[in-house]
Order: sequence, then C-alpha cells, then structure tokens
Amino acid sequence: MPDTALCRDTGGVVDQRRPDHAVLPIECRRVVVGRSGRRLLDGVDVSIDGTGLTVILGPNGAGKTLLLRVLANLFAPDSGEVRWAHLRPDRVRAPKIGFVFQKPMMLRRSVIANVIYALAAIGMPRHECPSRAHEILGLASLDHLAGTPARLLSGGEQQRLALARALATEPEVLLLDEPASSLDPAATLAIEKMITTVRGRGTRLVLVTHDIGQARRLADTVLFMHRGRIVERAPSPDFFENPAQAAARAFIEGRIVL
Amino acid sequence: MQELGAAFAEAFRLVATLDPNLREIVALSLQISLAAVGLAALIGLPLGAGLAVMRFPGRGVLVVTLNALMGLPPVVVGLLVYLLLSRAGPLGHLGLLYTPTAMVIAQAILVTPIVAALTRQTVEDMKEEYLDQLRVFGITPLGMVKTLLWDARYSLLTALLAGFGRAVAEVGAVIIVGGNINHVTRVMTTTIALETSKGNLSLALGLGVVLVTITIAANAAVMALRVSARRLAYA
Amino acid sequence: MKSKTVESTRQRIAPVAVLVSMLTIALMPATAIAGDSIIVQSTTSTQNSGLFEHILPKFTHSTGIEVRIVAVGTGQALKNARNGDGDVLLVHAKPAEEKFVADGYGVKRSDLMYNDFVIVGPGRDPAGVRGMRDATAALAKISGARSPFVSRGDDSGTHKKEQHLWKETGVDPVSASGDWYRETGSGMGATLNTAAGMGAYTLSDRATWITFENKADLEILVEGDKRLFNQYGVILVNPDKHPHVNAKAGQRFIDWLLGADGQAAIASYRRDGQQLFFPNADS
Repeated sequence: MPDTALCRDTGGVVDQRRPDHAVLPIECRRVVVGRSGRRLLDGVDVSIDGTGLTVILGPNGAGKTLLLRVLANLFAPDSGEVRWAHLRPDRVRAPKIGFVFQKPMMLRRSVIANVIYALAAIGMPRHECPSRAHEILGLASLDHLAGTPARLLSGGEQQRLALARALATEPEVLLLDEPASSLDPAATLAIEKMITTVRGRGTRLVLVTHDIGQARRLADTVLFMHRGRIVERAPSPDFFENPAQAAARAFIEGRIVL
Repeated sequence: MQELGAAFAEAFRLVATLDPNLREIVALSLQISLAAVGLAALIGLPLGAGLAVMRFPGRGVLVVTLNALMGLPPVVVGLLVYLLLSRAGPLGHLGLLYTPTAMVIAQAILVTPIVAALTRQTVEDMKEEYLDQLRVFGITPLGMVKTLLWDARYSLLTALLAGFGRAVAEVGAVIIVGGNINHVTRVMTTTIALETSKGNLSLALGLGVVLVTITIAANAAVMALRVSARRLAYA
Repeated sequence: MKSKTVESTRQRIAPVAVLVSMLTIALMPATAIAGDSIIVQSTTSTQNSGLFEHILPKFTHSTGIEVRIVAVGTGQALKNARNGDGDVLLVHAKPAEEKFVADGYGVKRSDLMYNDFVIVGPGRDPAGVRGMRDATAALAKISGARSPFVSRGDDSGTHKKEQHLWKETGVDPVSASGDWYRETGSGMGATLNTAAGMGAYTLSDRATWITFENKADLEILVEGDKRLFNQYGVILVNPDKHPHVNAKAGQRFIDWLLGADGQAAIASYRRDGQQLFFPNADS
C-alpha cells in the first residue's frame, strides 16, 4: 500500500524517555480507505497514548472497526500512515498490541492450550507456559475449564478466554472490537469487569462499540465517528452531557443517524 | 453372477482360515502403502501448507500443476521409477529394483500430490478463519504453517486416507517396479492380477473383497475419529 | 449448549485402536531374506503353470540360494535382462534369445525343456477345425470362416509362433485386426480370458492351458503339429556387460537346471496327471 511518509519519524529508535514502550503511541495520520467510490475512512488522525480507556463510538458503518484494524496493522489503508512508537508497524512488535475480535477466534485446542499458544508466541519457554497459563485463566475465572475444548465454551466464556489470551502477551495496549455485542447481560457484565480490572492495572485500552450504555459505563475518552471521520473527541462525562456535534447528539438521544 | 457368490465364499474362507498366504500378502500391502503414505505426508503436508500460506510469483502455476498431478497414471509412474532404478538407469547402483522399497518409492510419488493438494485446500480454508488472530500474535509464516497444520489435523487425516486408498488400490506402479515376486514383492493387487491371468477368477475376486473390506475399515476408522473430534469441536 | 466434556481420550481410543492394529498387521514380520539370491527374468506363462513353485524349493534346499522370479512378457523379460535387471533369463523365444547372446548380453544359450502349443476354441467349433493335425491349414480355415480369433499381439514367444504360422498360410490377419482378428496385447492368461469371454479361437502353450481355471466352453481343437513345438532356453546374463550380476549363483542355477537333478524336477511336474514340460538339455 502506498505510504506517504510525511509523518515525523524519530529516526528508528524507541523513544528514549520511555524505554518500556515498544508500540505506544499508536498513531495514524490522514488515513483514507475507499471502496467503490465511497470513503470508508476519510482522512482520519488518531493518537493513542498514556493510560485509560478510549471508546470509539458511532453508528454501524461509521468505520469504527475498520479504524481499529488499521491501527492494529490488520488492514492496510489506501493512503496515510500508521505508526507504532513513531516506527512502521512490524510483525515482531505485533503481540504488544492485544486484539479482541467481535467474534472470538478459538484455536481447535483446549482452553489452556489457547493461552499457552499466546505465551509461546512471545517466546516464553515451553516448561514455564503451563503454570503461567493457569494463572491467567484463574484471573479470568476460567481455570476450572482448562482442559475443555475451547470451542465448546459458551459465547461469554469464549470471549473471556479471548480477552485472557490477548492479555497473556502482556500488551501495552488492548484493542477490543465490540467484544460484548453478541453476549447476554451476564456475560457482558463479566467482560466489562475484566476490562475494568485491566484498565486499573494501567494498560491502555481502546474499545469500539455502538452501545451507548456500555460507552457511558467504561469510557474515559470518547472518539465519535460518523461516515468515516472522527467528528468529535471529548472526555467521557462531558461528551455524554454536552455533545458538540449534531450527529453525536442525535446518536446519544437514540435517533437514527444517517 | 455365480462368480460373485463364489467370490464372497472364497473371501470368507481365506479370512476365516487365516490363510497364511493371505496374511503375508495383506501385511506386505499394508506395509508398503502405509509407508508410502507416511513418506507422502512428510513431504506433502508441509508442501501443501506452505503453498496455502505463502504468496510468491508462480504460485498459481504450482497449485494447478499439483492438482493435475493427482491424476498421475500409476503405470506411468511405475515405468518412470523403473527407468530410474533399473541397472541401466541413473540409480541402478542402489540395487533397489524388485524390492519393497522401490514399491514404496513409486507409491509415494503417486500419493504425495494427493496429500499436498488436499492439504493446500484444507489449510487455505482454515487460514481464512485464523489469519487475523495469528497476525495479532505476530506469528511468522513458518509458525502459521505449523499452527494451521496442527489445528487442521482431523481434516488432514482425510487427505491421508485418500492417499492410502489410492496406494493400496493401485497395481500399475508396484507390478513394474516390484516384479510381483512371490514372498518378496507380491501384494494384494498384484496377486489379484496374477490370479486373474491364471483364470482363478473366484480367488481373484475373493482377494478383491478382502482388499475393499480393508479400505472400508480404514475409512470407517477415520470417520469415527472425525465424528468424535467434531463432538469435541476439534474438527 | 451441550454439557461440556472434558477431553476424554476414551472417546477417541476405539478408532485409533483400529488404525494401530492395521499398523501392527503391517509390521508383522515379512519374509526373511535368504543369504544368497538371484533374480530370474522369465515369462508369465511359465510362472502361471506353477513349474517354478515345484522345482525351485528343491534347488534352494540343496544350495541355499533363493531364486526370485520376475514374470513378465517375453519382450519385457528380454529388455529387463538386457538392462541388467536380472541374473538369469529363462524364456521361450529362440531367435530372440540367440540375438540376445549375439549382442553380447548373454553368455550362452542352452536348450532347457520343451512343450507344445495348442489351438483352443469354442466347443461348437464354427470353423470346423476340430481334430486337424495341420496347424496352418486350421488357421486358414479359421480366417476363411472369419471366426473370431484372439491374438496375444505382444511380441511374446507365443505371439511370434502365431505370426510364423499365419505367414505360412499366406493370410495376413492383421489387416482384419479389430474385425474377426482381435489383438489383446496381453499375457496368455488375459488372452485366454478374452477368448473364453468371446467364444473365440486362440493359440496357447499347453502348460498355461492346462493350469488355466477359466476355460468356459473352450477346448483343445488342434494339436500335434510339429510346427507347434515350443522350446525353452536359459541364459546367464553377461557379467562383463553388467558387473553386478550374481554370475556365480546364476551359473549354479543354470547348471542345476541343465543337470540331472533339475531335469528330473522339471519332468516330475504334473498338473491334472499331465506332464507340462519335457526336459531336453543336451548332455
């Protein structure tokens, strides 16, 4: 994909002031994605850094999921650049960005094998993996299902496993694409509890959702998207009480936003 | 029609009396075909998975060729391997002609394209589902091959079974490179050919019944495995 | 959602057991390889007659040498031996055998044994050749009646004999190939199967005929013509041309075949009370 390299680069080294940060800040500049004449992402600039939970909110088709995938380097834009810690995205650093998909993708293995897979992917020695995996499953209240085939779990359990597995790689930032959209309220609650715990530990989170209630519950910052653009950025209580843009206001009030 | 009846009676008699000749022939057939499938798996599984995962110029041509090679005529393969292994040929000094090893080689050549092509298809289908998730883990292409091969293990069993079916049923390759030597390179299919040429049609057909039964048993076993795997959502 | 099953290996053991038992059968001990062995290139008709099963154990018992027979068409046997893929050649195609030696691929050709050819055909005998003692006249009658005749068509000794007889009749049957003259391009057994299936005439060596189990309504209709004489020869593949040839063991086999023991063994082979091969080595 063509990449107009007009973004300032720090010259190929990790920011010296923040030696632990391999991927933050995650940034994209002037990202454009078009399909059959329409602009799915229309010149988007985003910078994700620091701590806290940012919700990307908006109606369906606004480009929220696409933006998240672009930030994670799962999708290459037609133009614009994506940078992780001011450098181009690469395969080696990819595990530093956790990703939870809308539909959990379970390996055809047991629950614990799924977590061990993630640990092995970041280079943990094989003999250390099982105990660490059990720890992680414990934090997600899934350890009693360790030997169960992962695909036999309920939707909620699978998503908790997906979240636990994403955290196994100790990411600097966790991206979640509508993680609770197909879950019942109990499962949604469990996921949101895990998310809150993760936020409490200082991991950066970005959550895509079209559920206003969930956004209210979880967001520190809101990026509101409409028709491929970020039309409003605001900290959480402010956004919901005083949305500046008409589209945002309409969305919060529950009207259909075209 | 009475030939068929006599054939089943003959097959039953052979199996019921555990005819030692039959045991020897069946053992050799299985040894050779299973070894051939093993060899084909060693080459074909990584080859097919690699083709599914990698993208490179000329890949399309390779895939089409591989699919076409599934239809290699056994007798042609037998002839080619014979020319290779004959004393007058380039590998003659190895003295492999008319040995079970030559038969394994010939059948492996026949079976590898089947295993590779079916693997490629299976792995490519699974890759669609897995790709994004593997990418967020930062998996190398080689790691992707290994992961997909393992997760597709039950589907791949069917690819191996297809290869086994082909190997155990063919006669053209093994009869040329093996020589159908009694007690040395005589297998089920070559025995059937021999008995047919002697006019022993009931015996030939009886052996045929035994051969088909073995193939059915193998298929049933794999199917049972896949059913139980599906119950565990591993397939 | 179904009740969750913890991975139960028990569920998967049964089919695995089937596969494992197949592997076990496959790993059952195969034949032990004898100390010394030779490969003999011979023809399917000789093999199918059962002669080798009768005489070879006697040879192996007294010498300890294992004899491995590769039975193919005569043409293939000659080619294989030419390539050095055998130690001894045992066929029944004298002109081709003599050429084999003349070209330097064989050491020496020796007469081994003989039998004869017969013309077999359907019991109802549409060409009316039953009982004739003149093979060429019989063939002439068959072609005159345009009765179906199956030929091996594969350049074997039998085929060459058949072509020789046709030549004497002055008829060229190949021009009628596909019509009443059918060329199978196969071994004697397959050709007999075809003849039985079509109710056609064909030329066969007596040994294959006697041991053939699918005669259907075919019978011997013409025999006894000395033109139908079928001579077998044995040759050692030339170790000068192919150094790996097991010349020592090969020669021992040939000496045995041509000597009193081998000749007696050949003569003692019977099927249905009939002797199939008549030893005629010189000495």
